[in-house]
Order: sequence, then structure tokens, then C-alpha cells
Amino acid sequence: MNKPSILVIDDESQIRKLLAITLQSNNFNVSEAATGKEGITSVSTHPPDLILLDLGLPDENGHHILRHLREWFTNPIMIISVQSNEEDIVKALDNGANDYLTKPFRTGELLARIRSALRNVGREPNNPVVKFQDITIDFANRIVKKDGSAIKLTATEYALLSLLAHNDGKVLTHRYLLNQVWGVAHQNESQYLRVFVAQLRKKIESDPNRPSHIITESGIGYRFIGNPSTF
Amino acid sequence: MLATSLVGLTIQGLVGYRGVAFMLLVTVSILAMFLDIVPVLVSSFLSALIWDFFFIPPRFTLTVGTAEDRLLLLMYFVIAMINAALTNKIRKIEKAVKERDEKEKSVKFYNTLLNSLSHELRTPITTIIGSTDNLQSRSGKLSEEDKVELINEISVASIRLNQQVENLLNMSRLESGVFHIKKDWCDINELIYKTLQRLEPNLLRYRLAIEIPEQLPLFKLDFGLMEQVIYNLLINVTQHTPEDTLITIQADCIRDKLVLTIADNGTGFPQNEIDKVFEKFYRLKGSPTGGTGLGLSIVKGFVEAHNGRVMLENLPVRGSKFTIEIPAEKTYVNKVKNE
Repeated sequence: MNKPSILVIDDESQIRKLLAITLQSNNFNVSEAATGKEGITSVSTHPPDLILLDLGLPDENGHHILRHLREWFTNPIMIISVQSNEEDIVKALDNGANDYLTKPFRTGELLARIRSALRNVGREPNNPVVKFQDITIDFANRIVKKDGSAIKLTATEYALLSLLAHNDGKVLTHRYLLNQVWGVAHQNESQYLRVFVAQLRKKIESDPNRPSHIITESGIGYRFIGNPSTF
Repeated sequence: MLATSLVGLTIQGLVGYRGVAFMLLVTVSILAMFLDIVPVLVSSFLSALIWDFFFIPPRFTLTVGTAEDRLLLLMYFVIAMINAALTNKIRKIEKAVKERDEKEKSVKFYNTLLNSLSHELRTPITTIIGSTDNLQSRSGKLSEEDKVELINEISVASIRLNQQVENLLNMSRLESGVFHIKKDWCDINELIYKTLQRLEPNLLRYRLAIEIPEQLPLFKLDFGLMEQVIYNLLINVTQHTPEDTLITIQADCIRDKLVLTIADNGTGFPQNEIDKVFEKFYRLKGSPTGGTGLGLSIVKGFVEAHNGRVMLENLPVRGSKFTIEIPAEKTYVNKVKNE
């Protein structure tokens, strides 16, 4: 099997080196770019399977690069950002980034996120029944089962769960979820999202207070994790 | 000045026009205590004119009848000027003394800050540099066990360093003034459990009791900041209480406020230090290393950014309790039966 290729766009040589060593030793092919310009050239000549993009590049605003790349590049782009910059992260996710990591990150988490993002590439989107550990969703018949027995969900609960589950492993921003489930007119009414997430957790999580499938990303959104043991 | 002149006009018959001069002088002195030198000099000059024009016979002219009155007017003028100048000088000296005091205080504050910082940052950095030096140059002479130990030390030190930097960043965010809070609807249950999840390794050896009413409304708060508030409070509890302590977390809605309490049955705080714990860089005597004395002042800052307040008290039997009260918009949409 071909090794997946990853392009690292970061101006700090130490970070590039660290990522290269970590990723190569975990069976990835790694290429590096120190500037946004270099990165874009590299992507257009050898499109990688995944991009790790640092938002704080010296030559060009990371958000511009992201938007530019998203004009033609469809593989996962993972943002690396400095700590506690929720607004920046939300903006990047709304601009097409698949996931984010904040510096400093643990390598275990980095690898889990990369694997999860790569799993979703080219996954059969029309698969009608998907099993997520203890939860099975039959998208064709709109049936959700937990540990084999059917769960009764309202229409909105189902819409929310199916949207989350279709994006297994990916962070979805509050705004995106509200837009998709409730419509653009309700994109600021996050109270509904809070309530429905709580209800959904009560129905599908073994311990709703310590959820393993619907994870809160503070100030950003929610992430569905289909198979918690591999994450 | 005008009021004094009017009063002077009405009681002139009683005290005579020379008495009025003293009243005007008093007014000039009072003005000198509050105004700058230029307006005070102008008002002393004006008051001299007023006295001359309205009070010195012949009245309502600028001419002065007798030689005695001329001398009095001259003396009035000189006294008013000296009065104004002296008062101003005293104020200037007072201001300089105050500034010097403040400067001394801030120098002292920054010394404490630098001492605390250099200690808290250099300790982990020293550990990291020392350990890597050993691993690099003496690699052949070290046992496998020592190597694992050194790598462990580097890991612990860098996590500690990261914690300190995060505290410092939060503090500078608060102090910079460009800090703004982003309020959105928060499920308090979600907020508390999310924070607990982050703290799982620290809380392994503690007992937890969480009491959140089923019908608690959603509140409009900054989720990230509140998470940091609860995180810092719980970290603080683990630093000051022995293992196996019972930590009780309660949330409630009292009138228009969210009331959060975190109580423990540990040893409590020394009564004379209880008011100081929220001060920047304040650390309890004999507290364990690893803290910057910033955690609780960040709690205070973030709670106050929500227009709320945070209090600490010792419990009657044993232990202590932090109480946070935040006035916040709330909604009971979570009680509404959904479609």
C-alpha cells in the first residue's frame, strides 16, 4: 500500500523537523514548505493526501492561503494554530479547514486526527448502514440503534445526529450545525443546538455527562467520534 | 466668585466693604485648592476688580476714593496673588509625593512579579536544558533507567512551563484591555463536565459530588473563559488539599444570577490570608511549588469580565468554599417540549 503523503506548511524549522520525524516514523511521506507561496507551489505540482497548515505564516495570511487552496484542493487540510484563538479557528473551519490542532499538541492526538481525516477521504458516501461501535445508523430508513435496540429520535434530533455522523471525526462549528439543521435564519440561535445536543446525548451516550461520541469543542463546535477506541 | 459677590452685596451693610474683601479672599483660596494656576490668578485679579467696582466707595466706579482704600486694594491684590501661587505650589508638591509613592509601589510589584516569574519559568527550563545535556553528551554512560527518568523530567517540566505560559497569556489578555468576551448560550452541565474531563488525571484521587438541578436554564456566558475559571478553581483545590478530599460542585440559578460553588472538606485557608488569595502573584505561605500565584487572580478577572464576583470562605466544620455569582441572561428553552 502506498504511504499517504502529508505536506507541512510552517515557517518554524523546528516544528517542521518535529512533524517530519513524527510522521515519517509513522509511515507517512512528508514534504515541507516554509512559506505560503512555497506551499501553494508544492500543492499544485504534487497534491498531497493531507496538508498541515500553520495559520501564522510570515509571508501571507494563513486564511488567504486556506481559501486559495480550497479553490481546487479537496483533500483534508488541518490547521495548526497557537493556543486559545477560538475566533481564528472557527474562521478557518468555516473557510474549509477539516480540523485544527493547537500548539503545543501531543503527537498521539496529531496522529489520531490525521488518521481520522484520511479515513474519511474516499469513503463510500452512499453506504446506507454505518456502525459506530455501540451505535448503528441506517440512513436509508432513518433508524438509529444503540446496542441493538432502536432509539426513538425526533426529526431534529435525527437531522443533527446524521449530520454529525456523516462527518465522523471532524469538528463542525456551531454556525455550520445551526445553518444545516435549523436553516440560515436560525444561525445565531445556539440555545437550540445546546438543548438538542443534550437531548441527543441522553439518548445515544452510555453516560451523557461523559460523552464518548458527541464531543464538545469549547467555543468552537462539536465533533462526532464514531469509534472512540481508535481516537 | 459670583455667589460670594452676591452674598457680599446683601450683607455689606452688616460687615462693611472691608469685611467683603476677606470673604472674596477666602473664595480665591478655596478656588486655588481645586483649579490650576492660570484660572486662579485670573480669579484673584477679577475679585480685586469686583471688590473695587461694587464695594469700595464711590461704588460702581473703578475709582478709589481715599488713599487708605487705595492701599487696601493694592494689598488685597498682592495677598490674593500670593495666596493663589502658594496654594498651587503645595498642590504640586503633594502630587509629586503621590507619584513617587505610586512609582515605588509599582517597582515593588514588578520586582515581585519578576522574582516569581523568573523562578517559575527558569525552574522547568533548567530541568529541560540539564536533562537534554545529559542525554546528549553522556548518553553512553547513562543507564536505560536514567534515560527514561530524564525524559520523564523533560516531559513534566515542559507541561509545567506550558501551564505557566498559559496563565501569563491569560493575565496579559486581561490587563491589555483589548480583551473581549464572547457570550453565547451555555449548558452549565456541559460546561462543568467538559472541564472535569480535561482535569481527569488531576482528579483521579479525589472524590467528587456534582449537584446540578435538572431544570437549570441555559445562561449566556463565554464558554471558554468559564471553563478556565472552573479549571483554575479545581486545580487550586487539588494543590491545597490532600488526596481523597471530597470536592462538591454545585450550580444554581438564584434570581437573575448563576451561582456556582466549589467546596472541599480539606484544611481550609488561614483566616488572615483569605482576602489576599485573589491578588496577583499572591501565594499562600508554604504552598507547593508549581503555581505562579496567577490562577485565582485570573479567576477573579474572568468572573469580573462577566460583571460577576467570586468569594472565598472557610466552612464552619472544615474545608473551604469558592462561590461565583454571575448576573447573566437566561433561557428556559430547554424545558420546552420539542418537536
